Amino acid sequence: MSLNSVWFILIAVLWIGYFVLEGFDFGVGILLKVVAKNQAERRAVLTTLGPLWDGNEVWLLVAGGATFAAFPEWYATLFSGFYLPLFLILISLIVRGVAFEYRSKYGKAKWRNSWDNAIVIASFIPALLWGVAFANIVRGVPLEESATGAIEYAGGFFNLLNPYALLGGLTTLSLFVTHGAFFLALKTEGDIRTRSNAIGIKLGLVTAVLAVSFLGWTLAALTSKTSVVTGSLIVVVSWLAALAANYKGREGWAFLFSAITTAFVVITLFFGLYPNVMPNITAGGPGLDIFNASSTQYTLKVMTVVAAVMTPLVLLYQGWTYWVFRKRIHPNQIANPESGVLDSIHA
Amino acid sequence: MNALDLARWQFAITTVYHFIFVPITIGSGFLVAGLQTAWYRTNKEKYLRATKFFGKLFLINFAIGVVTGIVQEFQFGMNWSSYSRFVGDIFGAPLAMEGLLAFFLESTFLGLWIFGWDRLSKKAHLATIWIASIGTLVSAYFILAANAFMQHPVGYEFNPDTGRAELKSIVAVLTQNTAVSAFFHTIPSAFLTAGALFAGVAGWMVLKGRDPEAARPVMKTGLIVIVVSFLLVGITGDWSARIMTKQQPMKMAAAEALYETKANAPFSLLTLGTLDGSKAVFQIGIPSVLSFMSTGDFNGTVEGINDLQKSYEEKYGVGDYTPNIPMAYWSFRLMIGFGGLAALFALMTLWYMRKGGLPRSKFYLRSTIALPFLPILANSFGWIFTESARQPWVVFGLFKTADGVSPGVSAGSVLFTMVTFTLLYGVLAVIEFGLMVRTIKVGTDMTPVQSGESKTLTMAY
Repeated sequence: MSLNSVWFILIAVLWIGYFVLEGFDFGVGILLKVVAKNQAERRAVLTTLGPLWDGNEVWLLVAGGATFAAFPEWYATLFSGFYLPLFLILISLIVRGVAFEYRSKYGKAKWRNSWDNAIVIASFIPALLWGVAFANIVRGVPLEESATGAIEYAGGFFNLLNPYALLGGLTTLSLFVTHGAFFLALKTEGDIRTRSNAIGIKLGLVTAVLAVSFLGWTLAALTSKTSVVTGSLIVVVSWLAALAANYKGREGWAFLFSAITTAFVVITLFFGLYPNVMPNITAGGPGLDIFNASSTQYTLKVMTVVAAVMTPLVLLYQGWTYWVFRKRIHPNQIANPESGVLDSIHA
Repeated sequence: MNALDLARWQFAITTVYHFIFVPITIGSGFLVAGLQTAWYRTNKEKYLRATKFFGKLFLINFAIGVVTGIVQEFQFGMNWSSYSRFVGDIFGAPLAMEGLLAFFLESTFLGLWIFGWDRLSKKAHLATIWIASIGTLVSAYFILAANAFMQHPVGYEFNPDTGRAELKSIVAVLTQNTAVSAFFHTIPSAFLTAGALFAGVAGWMVLKGRDPEAARPVMKTGLIVIVVSFLLVGITGDWSARIMTKQQPMKMAAAEALYETKANAPFSLLTLGTLDGSKAVFQIGIPSVLSFMSTGDFNGTVEGINDLQKSYEEKYGVGDYTPNIPMAYWSFRLMIGFGGLAALFALMTLWYMRKGGLPRSKFYLRSTIALPFLPILANSFGWIFTESARQPWVVFGLFKTADGVSPGVSAGSVLFTMVTFTLLYGVLAVIEFGLMVRTIKVGTDMTPVQSGESKTLTMAY
């Protein structure tokens, strides 16, 4: 296998890591006000993410950095082309991170409510826009070759808001919210758990409809490669397994299968893309693939060594964190839920 | 303003802002780890109170450092796509390595530290803050190596077929003296910054009589950290200056507003120049010091701006190779000046404290609160100097800033994102500052540590 293909797979792995992990924390953020009715519950919900969200987000940073290193042309065209959606995602991630850290510092209802709203909105936007972005990449976008030989994005912001991409966005949104509900059902106790389970099954059915339409559209209009058909089938089967597990009250299995489903959504899209990385929507037009977008073989070799050594290590210690924080959280474990550490000055 | 100018402003604003928080994080991580180690070793509660209190300040900062860092990773592609294409083969590698080796380490172990108080053994919990702190050093090294390539490109070859620079030796990129000296200049500055934050806050607490038992050792440690760090920053700054003189003589000349080549060149304390910055009208200087700084010899010859401009035109073609001289000149002095002021203040205070005493004047109380701002300003001016005095190059001698901007992104788009980032960053700065001040006012948590099993979580969002 060429190193170019290896790096295509590694980039896919990084996005899988990102969507499986931050997917549920987007979902939890979106569900915050729905599943948690009082301060103790809100804080219990946020505490399930506390030690995890930052590490989850690093998968995105590394996916970005690795794309820069391995496929600089892809990085350059994609990031300058999808300018406004990426900007909106960045703003959301900034607000979200700060909101987690700051919202419980004060007990004031107005302070907390504003941050809670920020968390909901700033989780909603990326959950939707990542789907829009990836659907566009798979569908192909208008690209042109510039005088210097660079292949540049030649559409505008509104080109990205086509029906197929919007369906892709709704699919990731709904998938992530369900994935988040399954996560909360697994990680909490009490009313939050009950509510999350109930929401999980309802949203799970919505997700099923959206995912089947999205993958069906992909197969019908874009590509009917065996790999994409297989990937789509695995998505459907594992999603049904997730729903069945949820229905039976097997929360661990439900979450595991929704993680597998998320992974296979990414895998299926990357199958559809291969060997392109950013195809032109006009057949025969200039596009980016794993060869004309890549770094030199030397750089790919260097990065392969680094990735081969580091990735297992990262998985090991990040996995350990999940193990350390495996216990369920009950709202009654939150001490003084109504007050913040900065409310009063000690004498 | 066109898209290029706006993209440059956006980079300047977002990067300088991000770097307010970075050195605080690097230095504070280690200082908090030190405090926790003191608690671990001695079991004295004052160290635990100090760990938790300064840990809070550290985390309030860290939150903004992290989220503004995401912008940095994406900005090259968004606003500087031509630059990314040109250097991606080289520049992307250290960025990706930074993520894989450092970001995962920092984020995971800091999460363990914040939420792990009642989940990990005392020893394992202590280890997490040390590991996260080491992660910040690793991160700094890779990003400084990437920046060093922009200051002094090595280990690459230009490929005329693709029109791109290609990596030939990753070892050269990661180990060149520009990177090493920058690392050993930046890390002590980070410690100086954190030392000033800790000493400033603890000093205020001591003077106000707020838990002086916990604050006094922190105050003293912070002050010593400032003095020692300043010495190291000076030594490595001197080393960096010599490397810079060899690799980017124009930058050194700009730092000094030295227009004509000179032996025994003076280090000027004040220069008034013509408005176009083409020559100096009035200068006060210390003879031969610049020659020593840049060559290690008081009689050494330092090349002047006008000669360099001529030789660059011969080498690179007709063009303006002179950076903004007043900006280079003043940012260089403000960097040294603010750092020096912090060190002077620290020395003075340590003198007062030598026999268990304290400086007690009102002036002192106010200064101690201002102390953390001095190194923050010094850091900012340092980067403003390094980056602006490299212009017109983005990669020195190889690729110009003007050629790096994204061709497909309109000025309107860059303006919109720049204004939004600036407003958002401004709001966050106000909130962050408010939380810091409030946290300081609330002070250490004096409720005694509970022993035995507790039903509630020690840490919750």
